[in-house]
Amino acid sequence: MRRLQLVLKLALIPLMVVSVARAQSPAEKGLAIAQEADERDTGFGDFTANMQMILMNRRGQKSERKIRIRTLQVKDDGDKSLTIFDTPRDVKGTAFLNFTHKVGDDDQWLYLPALKRVKRISSRNKSGSFMGSEFSYEDISSQEVEKYTYKWIRDETHEGRECFVIEYYPVDKKNSGYTRQVTWIDKKEYRVWKVEYYDRKNSLLKTLTVKGYQKYLDRYWRCDEMFMINHQTGKSTRLVMSDYKFRTGLKDSDFNQNSLRRVR
Amino acid sequence: MKISAGRIILFVAMCLLAEPVAVLAHELSGYVSAEGRFFFNDPALSEQERDSGSFAFQPEYYHEWEDGSAFLFVPFGRLDSADSERTHFDIRELNYLRVCDDLELRLGVGKVFWGVTEFVHLVDIINQTDLVENIDEEEKLGQPMVHVSAPRDWGVLDLFLLPAFRERTFPGRKGRLRTARVVDTDHPVYESDSEEYHVDFAARYSSTIGDWDFGIYHFVGTGREPTLLPRVDKKGRAIFTPFYEQINQTGLDVQLVTGQWLWKLESLYRTGQGDGFFASVPGCEYTLVGVAGSDMDLGVLGEYAHDDRGDNAPTVYENDFMFGLRLAVNDADGSEILAGLIQDLDSRSRALSIEGSRRFGSNWKLSLQAWGFLESAADDLLFNVRDDDFLQVELAYYF
Repeated sequence: MRRLQLVLKLALIPLMVVSVARAQSPAEKGLAIAQEADERDTGFGDFTANMQMILMNRRGQKSERKIRIRTLQVKDDGDKSLTIFDTPRDVKGTAFLNFTHKVGDDDQWLYLPALKRVKRISSRNKSGSFMGSEFSYEDISSQEVEKYTYKWIRDETHEGRECFVIEYYPVDKKNSGYTRQVTWIDKKEYRVWKVEYYDRKNSLLKTLTVKGYQKYLDRYWRCDEMFMINHQTGKSTRLVMSDYKFRTGLKDSDFNQNSLRRVR
Repeated sequence: MKISAGRIILFVAMCLLAEPVAVLAHELSGYVSAEGRFFFNDPALSEQERDSGSFAFQPEYYHEWEDGSAFLFVPFGRLDSADSERTHFDIRELNYLRVCDDLELRLGVGKVFWGVTEFVHLVDIINQTDLVENIDEEEKLGQPMVHVSAPRDWGVLDLFLLPAFRERTFPGRKGRLRTARVVDTDHPVYESDSEEYHVDFAARYSSTIGDWDFGIYHFVGTGREPTLLPRVDKKGRAIFTPFYEQINQTGLDVQLVTGQWLWKLESLYRTGQGDGFFASVPGCEYTLVGVAGSDMDLGVLGEYAHDDRGDNAPTVYENDFMFGLRLAVNDADGSEILAGLIQDLDSRSRALSIEGSRRFGSNWKLSLQAWGFLESAADDLLFNVRDDDFLQVELAYYF
């Protein structure tokens, strides 16, 4: 019986590949690629990681933040995530809880340890800077398929990898900081290698480059480093990721206001 | 799951008996700071000193076991050059936390905040205000407690048993920002015969439903806000004696998010201090993202405070409108400015406050705070501090 299921699954794989590769409109093809990338990253359950954020201004002055992240996949909705700040020391213990939704606004809370206060915040602040970095809230929040419409532009070899080049258009046009994001996704593993962000006036604002993908649980790709440069201000932010742990046993109850208050 | 008293006692007993496993972290953090308060005018009373300087420290020791239980110790101390009452020491937190299944138990001295508004913290009641620290009433004294919290799908139930009471701190004779009569904190009077050892209780239910966050609670015990009784001390000086009544208080806090708007309400009904009364603070906040093409966010706040007791209320906020602007620069130094205007609606009393802060490097933080008591009517509490416009500069080192 188990073997039969396996055979059936194997038989389906060529069909899925065909569905992506079949001649479609550029919009359909873009969506299919985004769905495939999302599908390939589904099922990890939960993961935790450490993040070092290095901010650099035009004059090359650096400042650093240490952050921990915890993410839980939610069935039929966006991920839940908890972000905890360890440095700078004056904001140590500050924590950010985000419930991503496939449709509609996300739910966000901020915990301020000095006052022991949990504050519900408006998630419309998508284009706002995350901790003074070149990453905005929309850059770091869970990238749900439903949050964008898509268009396949061309295929291109990028740093030796065959890639799809796709444009992402935000569904929430009013609150997004971008008109479009041009994304390079490799054909083999559906990993994002580069993103160009165009501002509301459609001029190039930022470029993200991603390095050092590693495979976890034999299936899920996570990067070691992301580098975001703002072309308009000359400022940049490097994110160095470490200590990825998957299926750590995080539950729904680790992502509520109580756990937000408890977190260290 | 039903939560009965028996269950809770069993849970508390089990938590105390269970052996925690391996050690994960011994963590020491905190800050030390130096502060100067500079007043623009001579004090109203000759016994008051003009300016003051002080040092404060607040280390924090945290230890967590592998099962998620934790120990926290946060002492606080300040040495002040002018006011002997502001020179004080407190244990802000000293508690043990244990998480069992989906119940949390916190035993010891803790700190809890309830509320949603920015200018007034009306419903916040568990911890006593450390008024000598800051007139914004946001600094709190540590409160001994047994706190059980049960987060469920239908919301969170919090139960508190508070076995000891903390008196509010008030500035001393040489200090500024006080009533003309000094509050005699050495001789408080209590309604309860058990005085500061009356056991208080509180229960709160809170939940999030869609865009709504709300909490409702009931508190029975010693009121945190004393009635100040005019008396004469042994040396024949006019003083205030703080009188702490037994009160019942029901409080509500609600917040709604609609796009860039936040709508807020805090409301309470209290009995035990004369006639029963209501007090409320409705308010709203709108955030403009990326003002003038920059990375800066500007928050615009409006709040209105009403207290049934009117001018007899022992608070500035009895029929006042508050307007605020909050600028978050979103730079690497975390620069922020908050400006607020408080206008009494039945007198001409008006106060202005501005606070700002930024980081230097990764460990230093400079904070400025200024208050201007622009106008005050003789029957308003602000009249007491009419000459006390000041600028406060604080430099803190975080480790």
